[in-house]
Amino acid sequence: MLINPNEILETIRMVKMENLDIRTVTMGISLRDCSHPDIDMFNENIYEKITAKAKNLVRTTEEIQSLYGIPIINKRISVTPIAIVAESCMAPDFVSVAKTMDEAAKEAGVDFIGGFSALVHKGATPGDLKLIHSIPEALASTEKVCSSVNVATTRAGINMDAVGLMGNVIKRTAELTADRDGIGCAKLVVFANAPEDNPFMAGAFHGIGEPECVINVGVSGPGVVNAALRELENPNLTEISETIKKTAFKITRMGEMVGREVSRRLGVEFGILDLSLAPTPEIGDSVAAILEAMGLERCGTHGTTAALALLNDAVKKGGAMASSSVGGLSGAFIPVSEDAGMIEAVNVGALSLEKLEAMTCVCSVGLDMVAVPGDTPACTLSAIIADEMAIGVINKKTTAVRIIPAPGKKVGDSVEFGGLLGMAPVMPVSKFSSETFVKRGGRIPAPIQSLTN
Amino acid sequence: MTSSRFIITVIGSDRVGIVARITTVMANFNVNIVDISQTIMDGIFTMIMLAEAPEKNCDLAAFQEAMETEGKSLGVEVKVQNEDIFRFMHRI
Repeated sequence: MLINPNEILETIRMVKMENLDIRTVTMGISLRDCSHPDIDMFNENIYEKITAKAKNLVRTTEEIQSLYGIPIINKRISVTPIAIVAESCMAPDFVSVAKTMDEAAKEAGVDFIGGFSALVHKGATPGDLKLIHSIPEALASTEKVCSSVNVATTRAGINMDAVGLMGNVIKRTAELTADRDGIGCAKLVVFANAPEDNPFMAGAFHGIGEPECVINVGVSGPGVVNAALRELENPNLTEISETIKKTAFKITRMGEMVGREVSRRLGVEFGILDLSLAPTPEIGDSVAAILEAMGLERCGTHGTTAALALLNDAVKKGGAMASSSVGGLSGAFIPVSEDAGMIEAVNVGALSLEKLEAMTCVCSVGLDMVAVPGDTPACTLSAIIADEMAIGVINKKTTAVRIIPAPGKKVGDSVEFGGLLGMAPVMPVSKFSSETFVKRGGRIPAPIQSLTN
Repeated sequence: MTSSRFIITVIGSDRVGIVARITTVMANFNVNIVDISQTIMDGIFTMIMLAEAPEKNCDLAAFQEAMETEGKSLGVEVKVQNEDIFRFMHRI
């Protein structure tokens, strides 16, 4: 037999026991040819375009899933940031656009559609502001629509007016979805250095440097890395890094093959493969569990940042070796609510918001799916965003904030979203005010790129 | 581009007639066995086959379903997967 039986059984074990999956096949669709001054015409244009392009997406993805026996969990669509393509619409707000996206996503049969987005890192146009003000109602009145706003880049600095505004938008979004624990906020991300080809939600959008239509694939597998590390007998950290690299390599190869076959069958260009360790609430499918397998008693204790840095770097190295199409976020995600190990670490008092912030300096993305008390002031949310944006801007990396000021909840309570979004314990924020700082507005200038100490 | 060969794995507790009944289903679908290996690992029956599907009129979904149903009635788990996935994952 040309293929080694042990390798066959290893693959089957990864899928069956260790939750290896393709997290998402995301079709990026350009909406640049849909602009129209009449918003009804615009909505008709985007509905037609999205449903036409994505007509066979779900069926083809399911065929591939059964051909290779690898689960593909989500099918998604990302579109050109709506603030750009709807800029010329004569309308007081863009809520109807979100509703149209929602309907198109339902017609296509996908799980999520991303791109209700604006890029305002240097400043905002009237269309950008209209979109940002529409976010709370858009997310409250749709199911599948995800929204993101890029408020900072390393080249432009941090737009503090936008940061200030987003604190209020998040607050309002939580209020409008208060009956569902503020779930609207789980579909809203604030970015620094947002990637244009990310297939993961809630931050996916189809960047303006992207082609007409593209397939991007997100692969996951914290459970596989966790199991591989736990099989090692008393390893040192070099051996741990080596094992993570090898595991990441295999996962990436699988993802690339699946992605290329989907795009070939759809006749759509293959974009990127995003190898991100995205945890699920399943036991063992956890980034916290990987860190604990390295020897930490609990995720969040001293040493966690170093362990996460090792993990993130080894994942990237394995992925980059396996595929020349690695892109998106590629690294380890640390969403609290979606990771049973993180939830446990918060509950036993090992993991705080401050430690999470430190961890975001060395991993992909940032403060993700974190619940804070419902009475947290908007300016404190803005200040949390500003801190996270500063980490991204100075370190030339993507960072993001997806935070839920859980309506009516206090520290000690938790919010329950179900499914992949999981449940989040409410974490304390600083009692001291950041109001004056946030209200100053303006822009934190782009950082110097030399004298790096 | 996709290979027409499949890796079929049968995993479960050993009993009389597993090979006979699984290969009968394969024969019904005109699927040819290229290579076959079988071991008992830790008391668990493990059979791996490399099989070739007919190039024309191959209803993969129906074949997979028939194999799965037969496996269930035998109390074993049967998986039919295109061989490319294993080749890509473990070979450069």
